[in-house]
Amino acid sequence: MTDRTQVPGVPVVGGGMATLLGTPVVATVVAGPTGAEGGEVTSSGSMVRLFLSVFAENRLALVGAATIVAIVLFCFLGPVLYHTDQVHTNLLTANLPPGGAHPLGTDNVGYDVLGRLMVGGQVALEVGLGAALLSSLLGAAWGAVAGFFGRWIDSVMMRVVDSVYAIPPLLLMLLMVTIFSPTTLMFIIVVAVVSWLPTARLVRGESLSVRTREYIEAARGAGVTSTKVIVRHIIPNVMGTIVVQTTLQVANAILLLAGVSFLGLGTPPPSTSWGAMLNNGLNFIYDGYWWLIYPAGVAIVLTVLAFNFVGDALRDALDVRLQRH
Amino acid sequence: MLAYIARRLLQAVIVVVGVTLVVFLLIHLLPGGPARAALGPRATKAAIANFNVANGYNRAVPVQYGLYVWHLVHGNLGYSYHYNQSVLSLLEANLPKSALLVGLAFVLSLVVGVPLGLYQAIRRNKFADHAITTFAFAGYAMPNFWAGMLLILAFAISLHVLPAEAPQASSVASILADPRALVLPVVTLALVSFAQFSRFMRSSAIENLVQDYIRTARAKGISNTRVVFRHLLPNSVTPIITLIGLTLPIILSGAIVIEALFNYPGMGYLLWEAALRQDYPLLMGFTIVVGVATVMGSLLADLLYAAVDPRVRYD
Repeated sequence: MTDRTQVPGVPVVGGGMATLLGTPVVATVVAGPTGAEGGEVTSSGSMVRLFLSVFAENRLALVGAATIVAIVLFCFLGPVLYHTDQVHTNLLTANLPPGGAHPLGTDNVGYDVLGRLMVGGQVALEVGLGAALLSSLLGAAWGAVAGFFGRWIDSVMMRVVDSVYAIPPLLLMLLMVTIFSPTTLMFIIVVAVVSWLPTARLVRGESLSVRTREYIEAARGAGVTSTKVIVRHIIPNVMGTIVVQTTLQVANAILLLAGVSFLGLGTPPPSTSWGAMLNNGLNFIYDGYWWLIYPAGVAIVLTVLAFNFVGDALRDALDVRLQRH
Repeated sequence: MLAYIARRLLQAVIVVVGVTLVVFLLIHLLPGGPARAALGPRATKAAIANFNVANGYNRAVPVQYGLYVWHLVHGNLGYSYHYNQSVLSLLEANLPKSALLVGLAFVLSLVVGVPLGLYQAIRRNKFADHAITTFAFAGYAMPNFWAGMLLILAFAISLHVLPAEAPQASSVASILADPRALVLPVVTLALVSFAQFSRFMRSSAIENLVQDYIRTARAKGISNTRVVFRHLLPNSVTPIITLIGLTLPIILSGAIVIEALFNYPGMGYLLWEAALRQDYPLLMGFTIVVGVATVMGSLLADLLYAAVDPRVRYD
């Protein structure tokens, strides 16, 4: 048993994963026909089902996943059903409290707040997802290479991580935002540049341990190139960590973008984001315009919580696998 | 221990050099280079050429880096064109005020987070545990500036008990003279790291609770209070030391936003202004200082941890 059956896109999980929450799933895996030597799951179909069933056990994760779907629909499908003008200002409809034609009121230049929440959310989600994927890609590649080669290559690569890590993420972002022009794509890159470090560290740690396993040695002994070993053996084995990190990074990226936007350095008008809406709302905090302060904040919190719930559930599910070894 | 200190010190030096390299790289990523940053977007080609010759930017890149480091070690962090002051003097004036804010927030989040985490571990899976977990999760998910806005709404605007603005004073002493105005900024900033400390403390204490030495202590008939405070607390609180080092960049990031929100006259506020005005020398100079401070912070934390827990030295 030197290799594992690998399902693309699904983390490598042994049968041990099912022991999460001590559910009855355990019995079916350990004793079931698919549970080969050491609880290895060899049938890919049952593994996906197993993974889904364990994930479904965690109610918070389901709530999180449902919230994410709802928010994505709200931001991207919402504007199709609920038409608002988010480009032209209209001072005749400025600062209206919620009600009537504007369910969440209007801001100081007459933008409908509900419509603005949708538009602002698009930027947040695009940057969040884009930056999380990019940072995982960068972090995983960096960590896998460092961990696989070890020795001085590892030392040099990890000192680079330490150096960037020493600079507070928001400070590094402010620096880069002032250097490059603020577009959505640029924010994806900038957020990724400040957030790939934890992934790199985690993946490096895991690949350090993975590379000493027999099947890696066997592959190398058989003359498989380093690149191929990393891509075919190391990366799939640390996929769990990568998936968890990506999910958590989405939340992190949304918070970072909100912070920069709140400081007035987000995407320029007429584009907006939840952080920029709150920055604007702060100007009217003494006027009692609560609809400029609560909705955007709640939107951020809900989105971030949802991604955290899903990420934590994924980690719980995979942690058991780690304990098994 | 000496070998560990030497190894860790060498590592810190390398990372500090790395930080200078990152910032140096960023200077060169500037469209038009450092001359454009100093002279502005309308500078003529001739003026840029003059600037480059005068400051050595026409030399080979390694030489430039050498010059840059030479300036740094001599305390020359650059010159802010917006404030017409050296970055060092701006730093001297504002760093103590930010250190006060960050320090108070750190202490507050530790003082609240550690006991709460310990309590959660003891009352694991009881109502109190879940309640505090929910609160900590909310703390994670809430952007700190929004939390600050809610606090302003509640305590400054609705209840009129605390001022919405931080003390507007130029020295640490005069800021301390107005402690009421410090409450909201410090509490908001503490929220950033409180959740991390309490979560970490909770899992650390839970891990220790199942260890043999706790069982032995209980078997000997030691009172519950004594087990918790004499055995569980000291053993589970030590790993927090490393977390302090790791939390430093996060709390410093938070300080930028919180100082902007509460109009606190510190380094974060200055940084924000520098970013809005594209005052690159100030931004870069501060980045170096903060980066070095973070490296020193985690170095100190690691050394302290190694002193407390001998196992670490033999990693």
